[in-house]
Amino acid sequence: MTPQLIVTLLVLAPLVGAAVAGLAGRRIGDTASMAVTTGLLFFSCLLGWLTFSQVVGGHWPASFTVRLAPFIDVGAFRSEWSVRVDSLSAVMMVVVTTVSALVHLYSWGYMAEDPHKPRFFAYLSLFSFFMLALVTAADFMQLFFGWEGVGLASYLLIGFWYKKPSANDAAIKAFIVNRVGDFGFALGIMTVFWSFGTIRFAEIFPQVGAHAAMTWSFAGHAWGLMDLACVLLFIGAMGKSAQFLLHTWLPDAMEGPTPVSALIHAATMVTAGVYMVCLLSPMYDYAPAARAFVTIIGATTALFAATVGLAQNDIKRVIAYSTCSQLGYMFFGAGVGAYPAAMFHLFTHAFFKALLFLGAGAVITAMHHEQDMRAMGGLWKRIPVTYAVMVIGTLSITGVGLPHLDLGLSGFYSKDALINAAWTASHASASAMFAFIVGIIAAGLTSYYSWRLIFMTFHGHPKWEGHGSHGDHGAHALEPHEAPRVMLGPLLVLAVGAVAAGGLYATRFIGSGQAGFWRAAIVTGAAERTPPEWVLWAPLTVTALGFAAAWWFYIRREGLAAAIAARRGPVWSFLYHKWYFDEIYHAVFVRGAEVLGDLFWKVGDKRLIDGLGPDGVSAASYAVGRATGRLQTGYVYHYAFVMLLGVAGLLSFALWTFGR
Amino acid sequence: MLSLITFLPLAGVAAILAVREFAGSRSAERDDAARWMALATTTAVFLLSVILVIRFNPASSAFQFTENANWFEGLHYRMGVDGISVLFVLLTAFLMPICILASWRSITTRVVEYMIAFLILETLVIGVFCALDIIVFYLFFEGQLIPMFLIIGIWGGANRVYAAFKFFLYTLLGSVVMLAAILGMIGIAHTSSIPALMAYHFNPGLQIWLWLAFFASFAVKLPMWPVHTWLPDAHVEAPTAGSVILAGILLKMGGYGFLRFSLTMFPSASVHFTPLIFALSVIAVIYTSLVAFRQTDFKKLIAYSSVAHMGFVTLGIFSGNVLGEQGALFQMLSHGVISGALFLCVGVVYDRMHTREIALYGGLVNRMPLYAAVFMLFTMGNVGLPGTSGFVGEILSLTGTYAASTWSALLATTGVILSALYALTLYRRVIFGEIANPALAAIGDLERREAAIFAPLILATLALGLQPGLVFHITQASAEHLVAVFHAGAGR
Repeated sequence: MTPQLIVTLLVLAPLVGAAVAGLAGRRIGDTASMAVTTGLLFFSCLLGWLTFSQVVGGHWPASFTVRLAPFIDVGAFRSEWSVRVDSLSAVMMVVVTTVSALVHLYSWGYMAEDPHKPRFFAYLSLFSFFMLALVTAADFMQLFFGWEGVGLASYLLIGFWYKKPSANDAAIKAFIVNRVGDFGFALGIMTVFWSFGTIRFAEIFPQVGAHAAMTWSFAGHAWGLMDLACVLLFIGAMGKSAQFLLHTWLPDAMEGPTPVSALIHAATMVTAGVYMVCLLSPMYDYAPAARAFVTIIGATTALFAATVGLAQNDIKRVIAYSTCSQLGYMFFGAGVGAYPAAMFHLFTHAFFKALLFLGAGAVITAMHHEQDMRAMGGLWKRIPVTYAVMVIGTLSITGVGLPHLDLGLSGFYSKDALINAAWTASHASASAMFAFIVGIIAAGLTSYYSWRLIFMTFHGHPKWEGHGSHGDHGAHALEPHEAPRVMLGPLLVLAVGAVAAGGLYATRFIGSGQAGFWRAAIVTGAAERTPPEWVLWAPLTVTALGFAAAWWFYIRREGLAAAIAARRGPVWSFLYHKWYFDEIYHAVFVRGAEVLGDLFWKVGDKRLIDGLGPDGVSAASYAVGRATGRLQTGYVYHYAFVMLLGVAGLLSFALWTFGR
Repeated sequence: MLSLITFLPLAGVAAILAVREFAGSRSAERDDAARWMALATTTAVFLLSVILVIRFNPASSAFQFTENANWFEGLHYRMGVDGISVLFVLLTAFLMPICILASWRSITTRVVEYMIAFLILETLVIGVFCALDIIVFYLFFEGQLIPMFLIIGIWGGANRVYAAFKFFLYTLLGSVVMLAAILGMIGIAHTSSIPALMAYHFNPGLQIWLWLAFFASFAVKLPMWPVHTWLPDAHVEAPTAGSVILAGILLKMGGYGFLRFSLTMFPSASVHFTPLIFALSVIAVIYTSLVAFRQTDFKKLIAYSSVAHMGFVTLGIFSGNVLGEQGALFQMLSHGVISGALFLCVGVVYDRMHTREIALYGGLVNRMPLYAAVFMLFTMGNVGLPGTSGFVGEILSLTGTYAASTWSALLATTGVILSALYALTLYRRVIFGEIANPALAAIGDLERREAAIFAPLILATLALGLQPGLVFHITQASAEHLVAVFHAGAGR
C-alpha cells in the first residue's frame, strides 16, 4: 500500500464504521455493530502507528497531502478535502486512534446493559472520524469541519442518555459554549483570509514573516494582524479546550457515559485547541501579544481548575477539572513558545488521563453507578486491579520522577518540561513568570486533589457497607466487584503508556532528537537555558507536599475534610461552587437572552411594529368584516379577485402611459 | 425551453380541470386524479429544469435560453436566465413535487382548487426568475401574491384571515411603490428590457429614490427587520406546503431582486445605503434569533429563524465582493432546502397531533427515532454545521462582509451562537426527555411517503454541504460579472 492509501483508509475507516452501525445498526444487531466499529478502529490504530513510525522515522516524506476532492472553492477562498500528513498530524493520529480503539473495546463492557449500543458505537466512531479530519486538515475549512464535527459528536454523546434532563442540559451547554469559541474561530479564519488571501496552511506559513507587520483597522485602532488573528483563533481553542471563561461546559459534560469522557473530554477533543495552536505555531511565533494572552489564559486555567478540583466530590468531575488544569499547562507551554513540550504533554496526558477516566468508570461500575466519592472508601481490596492502575495514573499525572536520573513516569517528563520552559522564558516575559509560578503551585494542588481522589475512593472506611448505594438499588447490600476483562484490558494498555510513554519518547519529542522528530511540522528549538537546581526540584517538592496534605486530611485524620466542608466556610463554598461561574453566567447570559428575547418579541414585534403598522391599518377593514358577519372562506376569493383587478388596472395604466 | 418550463404547470391545471369534468360527482376519484396530475406535472417541470441546468453554460455570465416576442406595441415578452437565476428555477421545481407530496393526506378539502393554486404558483414563481422584461417580471412578481394569498386564506389555520391580510397588506404596500418606480424607470429609459435597464445609467440622485422604492418591496418580501412581522403569522397559518414554498422560494425573490435590480441598476445608491442594509441585517440576525429563542409555537420559531438567516443573505449581497455574493446566493438556495425541510418536520408532527405548541411535545425520540434523526440533521443544517449546506453560505457571506464592514461581520457572527441556542433548545424540548404528554404515547414514526419526501432534501443538504462547488460552478461567472458591473457603476 502506498502511504497515500494508508492514511486515507486510516481516516475513512471510522466513518465507514459509524455509517454501518448508525444506519444499519438495527438490522445487523448489537454485536455486529460493535464488532464492525471496534474492528475498524483497531485497523485505523494499526495504520496510525505505522504512519507515525514511518513519518517520524524519516522513511516517508516529512510532509505530504493527499487531495481527495474539492470543498469550498470560490476565487482565492479555496479548500480541499485532504489528508495532511506530517509529524504533528502523525502524533495526533496515534493518540486519537489508540485511545479511541481502546475506548471502543472498553465500552463492550461498560455499555453492556445499554439498549442503544449501535447508536453509541456509531457516535464514537463518528467522533473519531471528525477528529481525524480535524488533525489531517490542510486548510482552515476542513479544520473547522472537524472542529465543529467533534463538537456535534460530543453533543450527541453527552446527551446520549436523552431521558435525563441534566444530560440534555449539559449537551446543549457544551455545544453553545463551544459555539462562543467558534465565533472567535470563524472571525479568526476571516482575518487570516483577508490578510493572506488564502486559507491553506501550506500557502500561509511561508508568507507569515512578510505579513508580520501588517495591520487591520478596526474600531479606530490599527491592530497587528498576526496578533488579531491569533487571539481570535485562540478564542476558538478556549472553547474547545475548556479554558478559563469558556470552561463551564466541561465538568457538566461528565453527564455522558464514562468512555466518552475518557475519549472526548480528556484525551482527544479537548486537546484540539492545543493542537491548533501548535499547528499554527509559525503564526503564533510572530504574534507576541497573542502568545502572552495564551500564556495568561493557560496559566490561569491551570490554577483555577486545580483549586476547584480540591472541593469536588463527584469522581468524574474531579478528573474533569484536572483535565481543564492540565490543558492550561499545555497552553502556557505553547504560549511561551515551547510547542514541542505542549504537544508532548498532550501525548502523555492522553494516556494517563484516559487511564484515570476509564479507571473511574471501572469504579463507577463496581459501585453500581455511584459517582459520589463520599459514598465510597476502602475499595482497594475489592477492586485491586482498578486500584493499581488508578495509582499508576495518579503517579503519572502528579509527575513523579527524579530530575537528575531522568527517570520517572510519563507525566514527569512532559509537565516538568513545561514548567522549565516557562522558567526559561520568564526572564524576558512577565506572563511567562506568572505561568512558572502558577505551574509550580498548580502542581502541588494537582497532587493534593489526585491523591484525595485515591484516598476517598480506595482507602479509609468503606461508606457503602450495610446499605445500597442509593435508593435505586433497594435493600440488598452493595457488593463492589472488579470490572470485566474487556474493560481491564484497555486499562492495562493505558497504564503501560502512563508509565513508559514519557521516558520512551522524551528525547524525540523535546530532547536532542526533536528536529529529526518534528521535521519542521511545528516551530521547535525555543531558547534553552539550564534551569537552576531549585527549579528542577520544585515540582517534585510541591507534589510531595500535596500528597502529604491529602494523606493528612483523608487518611491520618479521616473525617477532618468532611467536617471542614460541613462548616461551609467562604473559601470552601467559593471552591465548591466553582468560583460561582455557572451562577453568574446563568444570571447574565441565559437570563439576558431570555429577557431580551421576550422584550424584542412582545414589545418590539407585537406592540411597536405590529401595533403601529399592519394592525392599525387592518383594524379598520377587519372591523368592517366583523360587522358584516363572520368572515367566510368565500370572501377570500373576493379579496383575491379585487387584488387581481388592482394589478390588472395598474398595469394597463402603465402600458397606456409608458408603453411606447 | 424557459417558456415551456414556466407554463407547463398551466397545462397541468387544464388537465385537472378537464378530469374534473369527467369525474363529475365522484369526489374521491376526482381528488386523487388532481393529486396525481399535480405530481406528474411538477415532476415533469423538475426534470425539464434539470435539463436546463445541465445545458446551461456556466462559463458565460450572459443571459441564456433567451426568448423575445413582441406582444404588442411597447410590451415585450422577454425571458432568459443567467447563473444567478437558473438555480432558483431549479430550486422551485425541486420543491414543488415535494410540496404536492406533503399535501397528499393533509389537504382533504377543495383538493382540486388547492392543486390548481400550487400549479399556478409554480408558473408565476418560475416566471419571476426567468423574466427579462421588467413589466413581465412585475406581473409574475405580483401575480404570485394571489395564489399564495388563497393558499393561506383558504387552507390555513384558525387565524388564517388575519394572517392572509397581514401578508397581503405588507406585500401590496411594498409593491405599489415598486410599481411606481418601474413606471418611472420605463419613462426615463424608454425601455422595459431588464438587460437594457442594467446597462442604463440612472443619475445618482434619481437612483436614491428608485433604490428606496425597490427596497420597500424586496425588504418586505425577504423579509428584513422591521418589516418581518407578517412572516411568522403567515407561516403559522399556512398549510405545511404553503410554508415550504413561502420560506423556500418566495422569500428568495427579495434577495434575487436586490441582486438583479438594486445592485446593477442603482449601484451608487446601493453603495450609499449599504450601511443601512448592514445595520438592519445585523439587527435581524440578533433580534430575531433572540425572539426565536423565546417562541412557544414550533412553526413560529422556525419562521423567526428564517428571518435571522436572511440577515446573512442581505449582508452578503451588499458586501460588494464575489465571496459575499456567492455566499448570499448559496445561503438562499441552502435555506430553501433546509427551511423547507424544517417546516415539513413541523408538518409531520402537526398532522399527527394538530398542535404546534412546543410544550405539548417532548420525548418524541422514544416513539419516532427516524424522525428524530431527520430532524437532527436539519437542525444542524439550520445551525450551520460544516458538512451541511447551511454552513457554506454563512461563512462565505460573513467573510465577504468582513472586508466591507468588520463591525457588521463581528456582530452578525454572534448569529452562530444564537442559532445554536434556539435550534438546540427547540430540538431538546420536542425530541428528548420522557414522553410527558399521554396523547403522544401512540404516535407513529415517519411513514414511507414522508421518508420519501425527506430523502431528496437530506441528499441536497449533504451534497451541497460537502460539494458546494455544484452551485459555485454555475454561479461563479455571473457573480463575478455582477460584482464587476456593480463596481463599475458605483465608480469604485
